[in-house]
Amino acid sequence: MSLMKVFNISGGAVSAQSQRLNVVASNLANADAVAGPDGQSYKSRQVVFQTQPTPDGSAGVKVSSVVEDNAPARRVYEPAHPMADQEGYVTQSNVNVVEEMVNMISASRSYQNNVEVMNTARQLLQKTLQLGQS
Amino acid sequence: MSRLTDNIDFHGQALLLRAERQKVISGNIANADTPGFAARDFDFRAALADATRQHASHATSSGASDAAPAAHRLQATQPGHLGQSSAEGARIDSTVLRYRSVEQASIDGNGVDLDRERAAFADNAVRFEASLRFINGSVRTMLSAIRGE
Repeated sequence: MSLMKVFNISGGAVSAQSQRLNVVASNLANADAVAGPDGQSYKSRQVVFQTQPTPDGSAGVKVSSVVEDNAPARRVYEPAHPMADQEGYVTQSNVNVVEEMVNMISASRSYQNNVEVMNTARQLLQKTLQLGQS
Repeated sequence: MSRLTDNIDFHGQALLLRAERQKVISGNIANADTPGFAARDFDFRAALADATRQHASHATSSGASDAAPAAHRLQATQPGHLGQSSAEGARIDSTVLRYRSVEQASIDGNGVDLDRERAAFADNAVRFEASLRFINGSVRTMLSAIRGE
């Protein structure tokens, strides 16, 4: 029964979206982190979604990789900060907080969509199991 | 088998195809954020006509004798060919899937219109339930005829 495969597809999608949400959480948590002694600040991470085709024509989704954003780090003028350099600038992460919030909302909506798909498939399967009864 | 079960057979095929379509649409929804993914669907009318034709031809060929010689069996030389078992009458593979046309293209090349996919998904679910009810009705009619109540 191909309705069973809906659970595989949507389950994979839910897992991929939750990983995206995880990455967003990591980015937001490190948004204000300053560079350590090595001068390397936190780099924003983004998931890459990839279609996972199956021979029977259905298309699942998976996170193929997590890539680091190579945008330049944010530099804030804070001469009193202990990590400030000679010019008085502190290097922070390159996380764009607004972008991450949008990412979070998008991931949450997609997650809900896939959960609803699974709920519908479950209801249909239940009704199929009751076929011919009563 | 006979006219008794023809109606149930037909709706059974429709049910299998509805489940297949549900799977395809759920794949579209799952890939709503995948760059470069194009939404897919299939022509339900053509698929159902195809499935019932296959099923009918299979039923008549196997009805003559249960152990049909191998020479009389349909040869499946392509992955798109339908097999022998009756359950395979309603089977969708990637050869019959068509890309949905994109109305509002997105910058990452994703062609999934989530509103449309959700509408198609809900529509398909309702039609699935309709097929279930038709089968249920046929079964109940037949049972009441058998019982004579």
